[in-house]
Amino acid sequence: MARKTVAKKTAARKTVKKKTGAAGAFYSQPHLLGIADLERKDIEALLSTARAFRPAVERNESIPLLSGKTVVNLFFENSTRTRLSFEVATRRLGGGNLNFAASTSSVSKGETLMDTARNIEAMKPHCIVVRHSSAGSPQILSRTVGMPVVNAGDGFHEHPTQALLDAFTIQEKLGSLEGKRVVILGDIAHSRVARSNIHLLRKLGASVAVCGPPTLLPPHPEVLGVDSSYRLEPLLQDADVVMCLRIQLERQNRLQMPSVQEYSRVWGLSKDRAELMKKGAIILHPGPINRGVELDPEVADSPRSVILDQVSNGVLVRMAVLASVVNPEGLRAWMQSQRSANRSRR
Amino acid sequence: MNFGTHKGSLLIRGGRIIDPSQQLDHVGDLLIEDGKIAAIDRSGRIPANRAQEIIDARGMWVMPGLIDVHVHLREPGLEYKETIETGTRAAVAGGFTSVACMANTQPVNDTPYVTAFIREKAKASAVCRVFPVGAVTRGLKGEELAEIGGMVSEGAMALSDDGMPVMNSYLMRKAMDYAKAFGVPIISHAEDLNLVGQGAMNEGALSNELGLRGNPAAAEEILVAREVALCRLTRCPVHIAHISTEVGLEHVRRAKEDGLPVTAEASPHHLTLDETELRSYDTNYKMAPPLRSERDVEALQNALAEGLVDLVATDHAPHGVVDKAVEFDQAANGIIGLQTAVPVTLELVHDGIVSLNRWIEALTIKPAQLLNLPYGTLRKGRPADVTLIDPDRRWTLGPEHVASKSHNSPWMGHEFRGWVAATIIGGKQVR
Repeated sequence: MARKTVAKKTAARKTVKKKTGAAGAFYSQPHLLGIADLERKDIEALLSTARAFRPAVERNESIPLLSGKTVVNLFFENSTRTRLSFEVATRRLGGGNLNFAASTSSVSKGETLMDTARNIEAMKPHCIVVRHSSAGSPQILSRTVGMPVVNAGDGFHEHPTQALLDAFTIQEKLGSLEGKRVVILGDIAHSRVARSNIHLLRKLGASVAVCGPPTLLPPHPEVLGVDSSYRLEPLLQDADVVMCLRIQLERQNRLQMPSVQEYSRVWGLSKDRAELMKKGAIILHPGPINRGVELDPEVADSPRSVILDQVSNGVLVRMAVLASVVNPEGLRAWMQSQRSANRSRR
Repeated sequence: MNFGTHKGSLLIRGGRIIDPSQQLDHVGDLLIEDGKIAAIDRSGRIPANRAQEIIDARGMWVMPGLIDVHVHLREPGLEYKETIETGTRAAVAGGFTSVACMANTQPVNDTPYVTAFIREKAKASAVCRVFPVGAVTRGLKGEELAEIGGMVSEGAMALSDDGMPVMNSYLMRKAMDYAKAFGVPIISHAEDLNLVGQGAMNEGALSNELGLRGNPAAAEEILVAREVALCRLTRCPVHIAHISTEVGLEHVRRAKEDGLPVTAEASPHHLTLDETELRSYDTNYKMAPPLRSERDVEALQNALAEGLVDLVATDHAPHGVVDKAVEFDQAANGIIGLQTAVPVTLELVHDGIVSLNRWIEALTIKPAQLLNLPYGTLRKGRPADVTLIDPDRRWTLGPEHVASKSHNSPWMGHEFRGWVAATIIGGKQVR
C-alpha cells in the first residue's frame, strides 16, 4: 500500500518536472498546514520564491505583496523568534500584523477553538498564522475559517516553515539536497521540527538518520523512512548535515531521561565529536540553543555552525509562504516583473 | 414510565421472527397480550381477531428488544449533554428497550440515594427500561469501596468505575470479593491509566506521524490480563467493556477456556472504524480506548462472529459542543451511539462477517444474561420487549434524526442500510 503511494508520487513528480521546467512553478495550496501532504513541486516553489525575494531584500527594495493585508499571529504557545520572524516577513511585504497571544488554550477560557477562530475571522484579516500546543489545530482551523492558515508549529506534529528554512539553508551552503545525509540529533519523538524536516528532506532526495536516547526516539522509524541509532559517533563521519534539536528542559522529566548532564555526556555534540565530521559538513539548530547541552559553545560558534543563517533565511521563507497563500496573483506578477527587470539589467 | 402493565393485544404479522435464546428463525406471527409474549406461530395460524392492533411486519426482522449494557445518560449533573429522557428517546429510536447507565454522573452514582434518584427519575421520564450501574469505589477515585450493597438493593445491576478504572489491584480484588455477596458483575474499562498517560490516540506509526501522544495497546492488554487474573482469584463475574485489542481478546479467550466467568463487549465504533480516521483530527473519532489498527478491527470482528466477544454495547457518550469543538488532545472522549448501533453493526451481517443469529444474540440475550434481566428473549410469558428492523431500508443520518441532546457522531451524513421500524416495550409500541 505504502509502496504504491510512493511510486505514484514519483511518477507525478516526473511529469511536473517536464511541464514546468526551469521557469519555476507556484505554490498550489490554499494553506500551509504541514510538509507531509505537500508534493515536491510545492516545496520547490516555496524555496525558489524565497530565493527570488533575496536580492530585493538585500537591496532593501519594497516588495508590496501584502500591502493593505493583515496577518494575524494567533499564538497559543509562547514563541519569540518564530512570531518575530513572521512579523518581519509580513512587514517586508508591506502588510500589517495583529498579535493574538493566548498563553492558555481556548478550553481553559471556556471558549472553543472554533469560537476563537470565528471571532478573529469576524475582524476580517487576510491570513492566520497559528501556533498551538495541540497537534491538528491548524487543520481544524482551516476547516473553520475562510482564509489561508499557516501552521507555525502544532504540538508534536509539524513546523513546516522551520523545515523550509532549514532546507533553504542547506541548499544555500551545500547546493542540492539530492543524496545528502542529514543526522537529526535529540528529542525526535516530541519534535515537530524533526517531523517536518524528515518529510521535507526525504521529499527533496536526502537520506535522514535520527539519533538520541531511546525514550526520545520515534517508536517506528522505518515508517518515517529514516535510520535510527542510539549512538552518535558512527553517524558523524558520513553526515553532510547535523541538526541538533533543543532538549526542552520543561518537557523532560526523570521518567524519560536521568538528567541533562547525562544527555550532554552521551548525545551532546561536543568539540571532540564535531571533529569526526567530514570537511564542509554543517551544523544546524532551530534555536534557542542550550549551550553545553545539545552542543558545546565552541561548536555553536564554529564555522560549521549556520545557526544565524537559519534565522535570516527564516524571514525569506516566511515571506514566500505568506505571499503565496495571501496574494498568489500578485506574486506571479511580481516574479514576472523581476524576470523582465533582470533581463533589462543584463 | 411503567412498563409491563400495558393492557391490550397486538399481533405482529408476517415478519421473520428471530430469537437466538430459543433457536427460533422463521417467518410467522407473534401475539402480545397484556404486555407479555402470548404466542409465536407460523403465518396465519393466529387468528387476526385475537388482537386489537395489528402490525404488518412483512419483509422485516422481528427480534427481542435490544439491550445496551453501556450507556451514559449524564443525569444527574450533566444535563447539558443528555438527560434520562433524551437518552432513552435515543435508545428506543435505535431499537433498544433496556439500557444500563454508567455511574460517572455528578454526583457519582456511588450511594443508594443516587441509585434511587436515577430509578425514580427513570420512572418519571424514561421511555425505555433503565438499569443503573453503581460505582465500584467512592467518587470513582479508586481509594475505597462504594456502598455496593445499598446500591444493589436500590436497583443497581452491575458495578463499574468505567472510564476511571480501579488502578489499585488490591482494592479491585477486594471489590470483586465483596461483589460476590450481591450477585452483580463488575464491568471493567480495562486501561492502565499510568500507561495511557496523556495518550490521545492509538500508539503506533500513525500517532507518531500525526504528532499526537500515543495510548499503546499494551495499556489495555495489561488491565485485561489483570482482570482475568483477579477473576481467577475471586471467581467474581467480570465483564470487559469495549475491548479493542487483538492481544486483549486472547486474554479473554484463555479465561473462557479455563471456565472463568469472564465476558466481553465490543462497541460499534471499535468494530468498524480504525485509527486512520484520525488523520482528519476530527474529535468525533476520539475515543477511550482509542480506535485501533486495521488488524485489531479485524480481530474484533472475528471475535464477535465466533462469540469470543459476547455482546455489542454502544458506550453511548453524549458530549456538548464545548467538549468536542476544541483542540484534539483536549477534546472529550466518546461518541453517541444508540441510534447508529443497529445500522453500523448490521453492515457486518450484510457483509457476511457475522451471522444474523450471532448479531441478534449479541444485542439481546447475551446482555440480558450479563445483567440477569428477564428480557432479551421472546419466550412465551416473558415481558413483550420486541424490536422490528427493516434490514434493507437505506437512510442517511442527519441532525433531524438525532433524539439525543448531543450530536457527537462520526457517522453524521453517512448512508446506512438497515432501519429500526418499531420498538415495543412491555407490549406498548414506543416507536
